[in-house]
Amino acid sequence: MPALDVTLPPDLPRSTALATPPAAAALFDAGHLWRHGVQVALANVAIAGLVSTINDGHFGRTLVYAQCIGLSIWLVIECGRWLMPNRTQGWPAGWHSIALVVGACMLGYVAGTTISDAIFGYSSWLGYLRQPRALLRDFGPTATFCAFVSGWFWMRGQARANRAQAAAAAHDATLARLSLLQSQLEPHMLFNTLANLRALIAADPQRAQDMLDHLIAFLRATLNASRQAEHPLADEFARIADYLALMQVRMGDRLRASTMLPPELGAIAVPPLLLQPLVENAIKHGLEPQRGPGELHVTAALDGATLVLCVTDTGRGLEAAAARAREPMEAGSGFGLAQIRERLQTLHGDAARFTLTAGAEGGTRAEIRLPASTRHPS
Amino acid sequence: MTTALIAEDEPLLAQALRAELARAWPELQLLDSAVDGDDAVERALAGRPDIVFLDIRMPGRSGLEAAEAIVEEWPANAAALPLIVFVTAYDQYAMQAFERAAVDYLQKPVQPARLAACCARLKDMIALRAAAQQAPASSAAPGDAALLGRLRTLLGAPPETTRAASQDDAAAPPLTILQASIGATLHMIPVGEVIYFEATDKYVRVVTATREALIRISLRELLPRLSAERFWQIHRGTVVRADAIATATRDDSGKVFLTLRERPERLVASRLHAHLFRGM
Repeated sequence: MPALDVTLPPDLPRSTALATPPAAAALFDAGHLWRHGVQVALANVAIAGLVSTINDGHFGRTLVYAQCIGLSIWLVIECGRWLMPNRTQGWPAGWHSIALVVGACMLGYVAGTTISDAIFGYSSWLGYLRQPRALLRDFGPTATFCAFVSGWFWMRGQARANRAQAAAAAHDATLARLSLLQSQLEPHMLFNTLANLRALIAADPQRAQDMLDHLIAFLRATLNASRQAEHPLADEFARIADYLALMQVRMGDRLRASTMLPPELGAIAVPPLLLQPLVENAIKHGLEPQRGPGELHVTAALDGATLVLCVTDTGRGLEAAAARAREPMEAGSGFGLAQIRERLQTLHGDAARFTLTAGAEGGTRAEIRLPASTRHPS
Repeated sequence: MTTALIAEDEPLLAQALRAELARAWPELQLLDSAVDGDDAVERALAGRPDIVFLDIRMPGRSGLEAAEAIVEEWPANAAALPLIVFVTAYDQYAMQAFERAAVDYLQKPVQPARLAACCARLKDMIALRAAAQQAPASSAAPGDAALLGRLRTLLGAPPETTRAASQDDAAAPPLTILQASIGATLHMIPVGEVIYFEATDKYVRVVTATREALIRISLRELLPRLSAERFWQIHRGTVVRADAIATATRDDSGKVFLTLRERPERLVASRLHAHLFRGM
């Protein structure tokens, strides 16, 4: 039967935002182009003022040259950014960007100077032929300012892309927390547990109270799990014990569960409720749909510096669970596993591993291997 | 004496429902509870209760599958079909389906007031049936047609919402070719050549005019990928190509026997699906 998690698509739209940052597309819209142009023109005025002060003071003439050269360079760079492949955050990758700016600087200088010459009926190029040092004197400032202005735009683009990326990451994290919460507060489990509790209140008040305590601990852990990055393995096992106690009341003789945590491993830090979905899957897909009793074992062991966490069951096994998951009424399963992989990848990269295999005597064996470390913020 | 069967895999909940029913309807005689879907079918067919309370999520057969099997295997000469009440903790989509099919259902934890209303309705239905049986003119069980209709709605149309939620399903195109292994060889069988499909334990048997093969897919997975106009489900385990049917003969029990154009065997259409064959 579908759980609440069906309402969330199994493939959350994470990482799509990272692959094509929204900023990249926006860099080339008309608004940006217009704003950049104005900024370049203003920079050109400042450059003309500086250059004319240092040289002989022909501000008007210098301004025309500065605008023609500056805007030409800018146009070449914008075209280049638009046309060149492998853009990241609006700029071509690595040295392509530098080549673009250098090329645009020279091309823009030639074009801008030629246009300005045409305006004033003059030829700078003849002058440079007679006096090559003058070329250096005029091109030098162009190259310097070109480098500065391009660098400034590049950094601004980068900052905007970073902001977009951070926003996307925050969005992803919120979504992940929400779906974790939804998968753990599965309504079917909750209402069945409450129904059992209701039955016990009249029949066996003491057992009802114990069950309620387990439910409280389970709910508190589930709600806290989305706020904590890590907690000690001993806590993780305590939460699993709560969950198993609830399931024990519900399933009675059909469930034979055990947990085994060597005391010296209790302080190792693990992401909260990492094992929980595995235990839940073992029951939901392995033991609950199977006729007759079944076993479930949760163990922790150390293999060198690697923590090995294992959930084994003697349920129906992977194939039957997968076949059932394909049926329309069972949609939404399999989501917990993707989430475990993702959480491990985020926290430990390739150092952590999650495998799901057929058990030695039927059933399923889920194993998580991750670097053991005792640090934990608490 | 009215009898009822409870099918619920969680022992405490089965006990609690027994206790609540004993309070709400003291005269109701309860059979021993069934612990899973298969057990429910066995106990229902053996005990022939008037009412069956079926949990939806059970080991083995689900409550819906158990209901289907009970109705199909219910002896024709016996009393009317049992009234079925589904019990569920939280199944949004199943409940929508129940609403559409106008089947009675209970939500866990079962509230006494809700249970009392349910019992009142069941009593009314049983009284109506008894009255109908007194009148000799009417046919055996007038309530059955309504029950069959409801169950058909429930089983025939998987909730569209769940269908849309699993994207694989929505994307799965109609089948045109079946790849079936016969021994070590893979046979390509055009769907149009198939005369009927028959569910076996883990496989579906594909039968054409000249050969038979097995495919590893459940009938429930297969059905949505077949054209509903060309392929008719006539039994919970049988789907037949409509234009391969030669004749249909109805017997006293409401079952319909089919003969085929290109195969010698006869197929049975269950009471649940017999409405497909009514004559024009």
